[in-house]
Amino acid sequence: MSNQIILVLVFIAATLLGYKLIHAVPSLLHTPLMSGMNALSGITLLGIIAVTALPGSTLARLAGLVGIIAAVINVVSGFGVTDRMLRMFRGGHEHTGEDT
Amino acid sequence: MSDTLYYLISALLSLGVLYGIRLMSQVRTAALGNRVSALCMLAAIVITLYRTQLGDSLVYIIIGLLAGTLISIFMTIKVRMIQMPQMVGLLNGLGGLSSALAALLTLALKRPLGGFEVTTSGLALAVGALTFSGSMVAALKLHGKLSQKPVVYPGHRWLSAFAALVMLALIVLLPLTALSRALALGLLTVAAGLLFGWLFAIRVGGADMPITISLLNSTSGVAAAIAGMALGDILLVAVGGIVGSSGLLLTQIMCRAMNRSLPQVLFGGAAQPQARPEASAAPPAVETAPEVAQAEAPAQEQAVPQDAGPSQEDLPAWLTQAQSVIIIPGYGMAVSQAQEKVKQLLDRLQSAGKKVRFAIHPVAGRMPGHMNVLLAEVDIDYELLCEMDDINPDFAGTDLAIIIGANDVVNPAANTAQGTPIYGMPILDAAQAGRLIICNFDTQPGYAGVDNPLYQPQAKVMLLLGDAKDSLDTMLASL
Repeated sequence: MSNQIILVLVFIAATLLGYKLIHAVPSLLHTPLMSGMNALSGITLLGIIAVTALPGSTLARLAGLVGIIAAVINVVSGFGVTDRMLRMFRGGHEHTGEDT
Repeated sequence: MSDTLYYLISALLSLGVLYGIRLMSQVRTAALGNRVSALCMLAAIVITLYRTQLGDSLVYIIIGLLAGTLISIFMTIKVRMIQMPQMVGLLNGLGGLSSALAALLTLALKRPLGGFEVTTSGLALAVGALTFSGSMVAALKLHGKLSQKPVVYPGHRWLSAFAALVMLALIVLLPLTALSRALALGLLTVAAGLLFGWLFAIRVGGADMPITISLLNSTSGVAAAIAGMALGDILLVAVGGIVGSSGLLLTQIMCRAMNRSLPQVLFGGAAQPQARPEASAAPPAVETAPEVAQAEAPAQEQAVPQDAGPSQEDLPAWLTQAQSVIIIPGYGMAVSQAQEKVKQLLDRLQSAGKKVRFAIHPVAGRMPGHMNVLLAEVDIDYELLCEMDDINPDFAGTDLAIIIGANDVVNPAANTAQGTPIYGMPILDAAQAGRLIICNFDTQPGYAGVDNPLYQPQAKVMLLLGDAKDSLDTMLASL
């Protein structure tokens, strides 16, 4: 029981802390913020790996495979596109030759 | 690995992710912040692989990781900035799918399974499924594969309410039934969730997309967090919660900027299309395919009405006389892919010693921050991109405002026309500028269906009708 209370408390704490920090992100960066959040929601990869490893039928394994692919796309493309976008934002004297 | 150690590591990684988000509050450090978060994620994945008894599932997991990575590399390189809204939509959906599958497999395979786990699994199934179908519909709409217009089925509200009730009933029933039947009920929950997500997203029009995408961004995180509760994985709960609150915050910002309430978007407005403000303020042509808009443009370009105030012959004088200029981009700029031309215009005006800035409305485009990304892509200094509240007081002292493919976000009727859908919506005070050049496809009212008084012939407003690219060419040629 105590474990479950901890989980719920962690959820509330993370939500409040996240809300406070994300509030400071300027609207200039809201698109990369969202794609970054896409990457973070790929954290579900941890869960889908854990359940795919449980003893189960081949069908269950295949469902796990689909879930893993979906989550990995979230993580890798999410961070990848966010990085691509953030490198485009250049100000004043930062105009180097770097491009995507 | 002991639970205590895992809790400790989870706490550290969560703090790392939060630190990464903190770094994103400044443009200079944002890219670093993203990499900090990515590193924490990588560490989390490695630790999970280490502490899980993989057994004969190893081959599936390796194939999944490799295939996912390969697809991602391809997508990351291929995606264009104009496609970011549908990209984010797609990723929202995949996150929901993965969380739903994790919850489904929890119900099917994890034993022993207590009431808390079953209940949270059911919730994660529902939220994950509706995130998946809703996001797929949104992404297809943004990609032009589905009609961007709101689609309303007969009895739409009742169908939505029915799907929602079935979802809730099943979530309540799940922990009360035998575990042997849990999987079947779980599959029904998925079906109800998919139906609800579909019904929710299909009735959303182009202009409400920023709200929809933000909301689905939030639910994809919430689904992960609830799946984490079902699995007892604290890191999923923490990071999922962060994503959930981020999406919710953006949803609130978008709603405020459009003067809409969330219930209106979720259940209401679409039944009366005129009650839907077009925040991105693109001309109606936007709702047709971009190719069509461009093909029709040349024919319309010369169609400036005779009595439309100043004529194009005044253009060179207007541009040279202005010492301070504010450019207002809207979705019309994105549709005609005119960013490169905007950059050229900026360079010309700047080399002539003029002060040029951009005014960005919070909901311009099809997702939060869309305009900024498009302008950053063509190498426009981000310090020139100003938020609405910062730049609005400056319009009065500005010689010239150039509006490119924006309509409702500068429509003064929002301040005066009581009873119209956009009344009360915060707008950019472009009308306060000394002179205005409006590049728009035509003079039809914007998405909100409210006439824009700026289009009335008047001495300080010059209309350049037609495709934004052509209008910008006209301006560049006159400089």
